[in-house]
Amino acid sequence: MSTITDPVPVSPGQRRGTAPARPATFGDAVRSEWIKLTSVRSTWITLLVALVLGVGFGTLISYLSGSHHATGGFGHHGIWDPTSVSFRAIVIAQLAIAVLGVLVVTSEYGTGMIRVSLAVTPRRTRFLLSKALVYTAVALVVGEVMAFAAFLAGQAVIGLNAPSTTLGAPDVLRAVIGAGLYLAVIGLLASAIGALVRNTAAGISAIVALLFVLPGVVQALPSSWANPITEFWPTQAGSQVFAVVRGAHTLAAWSGFGVLVAFTILVLAVADVTLRRRDA
Amino acid sequence: MIEAQHLTKRYGATTAVDDLSFRITPGQVTGFLGPNGAGKTTTMRMILGLDRPTGGSVTVNGRLYRDLAAPITEVGALLDAKAVHGGRSARNHLRVIAASNGLPESRVDEVLRIVGLHDVASRRAGAYSLGMGQRLGIAAALVGDPGILMFDEPVNGLDPEGIVWVRTLMRSLAAEGRTVLVSSHLMSEMALTADHLIVIGKGRLIADAGVQEFLDRDSALSVLVRSRDNERLAQQITGAGGAVVPAVAGGLQVTGMASGTIGELALAAGIVVEELVPQRASLEEVFMEMTKDSVEYSTGEVA
Repeated sequence: MSTITDPVPVSPGQRRGTAPARPATFGDAVRSEWIKLTSVRSTWITLLVALVLGVGFGTLISYLSGSHHATGGFGHHGIWDPTSVSFRAIVIAQLAIAVLGVLVVTSEYGTGMIRVSLAVTPRRTRFLLSKALVYTAVALVVGEVMAFAAFLAGQAVIGLNAPSTTLGAPDVLRAVIGAGLYLAVIGLLASAIGALVRNTAAGISAIVALLFVLPGVVQALPSSWANPITEFWPTQAGSQVFAVVRGAHTLAAWSGFGVLVAFTILVLAVADVTLRRRDA
Repeated sequence: MIEAQHLTKRYGATTAVDDLSFRITPGQVTGFLGPNGAGKTTTMRMILGLDRPTGGSVTVNGRLYRDLAAPITEVGALLDAKAVHGGRSARNHLRVIAASNGLPESRVDEVLRIVGLHDVASRRAGAYSLGMGQRLGIAAALVGDPGILMFDEPVNGLDPEGIVWVRTLMRSLAAEGRTVLVSSHLMSEMALTADHLIVIGKGRLIADAGVQEFLDRDSALSVLVRSRDNERLAQQITGAGGAVVPAVAGGLQVTGMASGTIGELALAAGIVVEELVPQRASLEEVFMEMTKDSVEYSTGEVA
């Protein structure tokens, strides 16, 4: 095969890289990360799984809760928040968003691609932020689609048996938009954790512990301990942004969300410092 | 131009690279040679800013790698051909690299053609053979059309045709005026590709010289000579300052004297010379000799 053994000139009739064409920018890094994220099939599969869980499973839960409410099952709780009910599956769907968030960083370490990535973008903060930005934006779009679809489908099936609500009711639009925002921040937090631990198994374990295990453990503590911890636990606090009826020992919607955002920024900042210090 | 000054890297108690200073110049292929574990890859990682030196520094075109404005247009590197996401196609892998430094997608097609992967570019990189993976890694290094190229063991896993292709590519890149650094633990490979050699062992610089200079200096200039009167010739040679030992296959083994001088001595003494052969050590032998003290895991004497 002559195409293989005869070397083609590497730069046919043009410059031989002695000077850069132009400095690489943050936008270039973002475009590169966008190609990375969209060029592997697992991204699409995971996002589809998230949507199916959040919307499909959410609609099912909404229907069952509506029937349950109709038979008086929710009477003793004293709280009927149809918006929250339609978002119950987001608690499950967020796991898919979080796993992908961990993977967008740790798969680089798992495959060795990180050495290529940091060689082409040696400014490590730029690398981390561009990756975080791309994934957060994707998680936001998917999150908002999921939130609106789960809300609309959920209210439709709740309305069959129980009182439902509409986007025009007080605080409901905030809660629906908030659900998408929450998912985006969970995605970002997972990426930051991934950058910190650099290992898929460790990253997924950490985010699962943060989202599910530790809050469960806290519940086993005496309530004088459990209540304040739960109130300020970042992911629990953040989830207040998609509740319409505020429960006992919970923060207000935006204060709670603010706790989650502040915690996420802290983890991202620590991840950035360690990324810049460590050998790749 | 790559310039290292007192470059040192320690991992805890282990010193991977020990006070290494060198300068790698354009227009030639520089072979970076040493036994496995000598510190070649660590050095290359420090050049690329992946690992932080414990001491000293290394610059490319006079600057730290991380300060380059568009790094891949100045330095292209193949460190590990397997370092790709297996689920991504070769073309997309190269698009990721091109985009990161603001280079046009047309450059991706150009390098795919250069390495001969154009027809299989949409296949998942994970499905590539080792040889195709090496070609993809080389393509990745060429995307930015850089003036400096580094290849860590580029012929690993290539078939003979691929090996010849890589050699030819290295030579032509250097002929285009680029700086080409190629690491290998195989002396024979470097003898065919490199103009200049930097030899390290246990992280320390052992030699930094042109391939020819390297041979001339270290092959101890031994000459095999056979004549009608070996005894008299031996006297002539020792008298003129050469050292003589009887050769295993008959004749004389002369060191410390060039073959031309031996011929002149024989002529002056009227001795008929039947054979006069300079014994040049192969690069392989020189390399083994130089690095024998710095092989990390050498096989012990069999008792």
